[in-house]
Amino acid sequence: MRRTLFESFTHGPLTEAPPSRDDAALAELMASLERSARRRLGRSLSIREVDAGSCNGCELEIHAINNVFYDLERFGLRFVASPRHADVLLVTGPVTKNMREALERTYRATPDPKWVVALGDCAADGGIFAGSYAVAGGVSAAVPVDLHIRGCPPPPTEILKGLIALLEAQK
Amino acid sequence: MAALTDIIQGKPVDDHRPWPRVIVTADTWRGVASAIAAGRATLLGLWGDKSASFAVHMAVSGETANDIAVASLECPDGTFPSVGAPHPPAIRFERAIQSLYGLLPVGAPDARPWLDLGFWDMQYPLGIRQPPPDVRAAYAFLPTEGESLHQIPVGPVHAGIIEPGHFRFTASGETVVRLEQRLGYVHKGIESLMAGANIERAAKLAARTSGDSTVAYGIAFAHAVEAASGVEAPPRARYLRALMAELERLANHFGDIGAICNDASFSLMHAHCGALRELVLRAAQSCFGHRLMMDQVVPGGVAGNLRTDSLTSITDLLAHIRRRFPSLIELYDDTASLQDRTVGTGIVHDSLVQQFGAGGYVGRASGRVCDARKTPGYPPYDRLEFSVPMLTEGDVNARVWIRIREVEQSLALIDQLIERLPAGPIATKLNGARGEGLGFAESFRGDVLVWVRIDGDRVSRCHLRDPSWFQWPLLEAAIEGNIVADFPLCNKSFNCSYSGHDL
Repeated sequence: MRRTLFESFTHGPLTEAPPSRDDAALAELMASLERSARRRLGRSLSIREVDAGSCNGCELEIHAINNVFYDLERFGLRFVASPRHADVLLVTGPVTKNMREALERTYRATPDPKWVVALGDCAADGGIFAGSYAVAGGVSAAVPVDLHIRGCPPPPTEILKGLIALLEAQK
Repeated sequence: MAALTDIIQGKPVDDHRPWPRVIVTADTWRGVASAIAAGRATLLGLWGDKSASFAVHMAVSGETANDIAVASLECPDGTFPSVGAPHPPAIRFERAIQSLYGLLPVGAPDARPWLDLGFWDMQYPLGIRQPPPDVRAAYAFLPTEGESLHQIPVGPVHAGIIEPGHFRFTASGETVVRLEQRLGYVHKGIESLMAGANIERAAKLAARTSGDSTVAYGIAFAHAVEAASGVEAPPRARYLRALMAELERLANHFGDIGAICNDASFSLMHAHCGALRELVLRAAQSCFGHRLMMDQVVPGGVAGNLRTDSLTSITDLLAHIRRRFPSLIELYDDTASLQDRTVGTGIVHDSLVQQFGAGGYVGRASGRVCDARKTPGYPPYDRLEFSVPMLTEGDVNARVWIRIREVEQSLALIDQLIERLPAGPIATKLNGARGEGLGFAESFRGDVLVWVRIDGDRVSRCHLRDPSWFQWPLLEAAIEGNIVADFPLCNKSFNCSYSGHDL
């Protein structure tokens, strides 16, 4: 273990530096995320993820924004284990009828003010699963949605961009 | 084991490929069930069907690689003899058949619904639809009796970023006396959406059955459709599929090895393995245009060609993994506090994996030799050299080691695939035939089975069986006698699919 830890001193972190100036879009993204998150929430934006029926693809990319390359927590955003600690519900999947009540109860357990982000094409309108007897529809079929992040699944940078858009909209 | 033709005698169905489907009598059906129960054959899947009339199908394998058959029993009166009575691994399948089709398994040991949690607007959505009962009955969890027992209900919404499901623990102090799972929360009705869908849409549904195994589902579905329509994917497509499948395996194994260690609070491994996973996904993006390679496998071949210049992203990736991974293996193996958590935890006995025919690392860590790439096998793996690792300890540690060894095998496979990648077309046009097909693919989790009936360019019926069906019940056994705090560790070492199971 010592060797692996020592290597970290010589190799430096894998976390991708706030992007160079010529990468305007991403630079803007990261800078605005940091600025707005701090101003609005003082580094305390907590996200509770709820899978309301997804194929698990979206969850994989949500995990990815936690990895060392994207390192979500450096921006003051973090995932929490309980809706009672959350500011944001990040909901994936078409809402299955079997999950609708659980999602509604999770929403009610989240203290105000709160925002709901619907992540992925299925969360927007049920996606490819729309019309099934077992699917209620997109996330808005169960709880009010503040923002949709499209994609199947959306790649990590798109997820980051979406979270910023949410923060900007709350100004 | 005996040859299946001795056990399954009846009327063969035309146009079912590549293995036979035989319509049997109720007596023969019972005979097949007892042959499976006696260990003379292995249950591969059990599902319902409604075309002209109701039927149930049971896929089984015999002793030799290619000895696979589907036994079908027509059930005009809506009943069939229970397979779960002599052979418990069939119980959840039968409960699902009853909930979805309304077909009654006569003599079944467990009559409670499965997948139907009482929230649908109807009962028996794939059979003769009935209005739901006026009052949703409480689910009767299995009873536990004893002094000072307490129950811990967990889920469906879990604490981590994972899929939903309900776990009911009964504990005596810290020790788990019984775990009972209740699944079905992410049931999306995929099989009903499949019925009548054109093949392109059906392939997309198959690719979204379990997102972490999207390539494997794509391959299994393609195998089934190609068998049904009697066409073969060209060699280059076979190689590209295998390349994607091995990248998918690498990504999942890296992610899970790290996550298992993280559940033992060893986040250093998690960070390093997460970095390797990300690099695999980036290579996949540059080669195939999608990080998870979704919709890249299509019936008949693959969706897009590999850019020749993107091959260097894979060779760079392999070199990087070979440089980094050995020190991570050493880190895993040399950290006593981590070993203390994984060694001897969550043991699954070999008798259970044999009985359930459990595939993937769950089966292979408990002494079951199995791998759909070898048995029944499919191209291009018949031309590639690789071994299937096997251990006998059956604990969390053994499941981690199987994954470590499989990473090494996948690296060697990718070397061979790149070196021998044939030129030529990447897809064969489907001929719009009518027929039935059975296909397999080895996902990182185990063998995926897909059965399909096609009519021209449409799917009339499709059943997808995730490897998790035979693994979830073993998790209930693995946790028994362990402490509650070790459940995340055991659960992650299985990493069963909720979505793939719930359909």
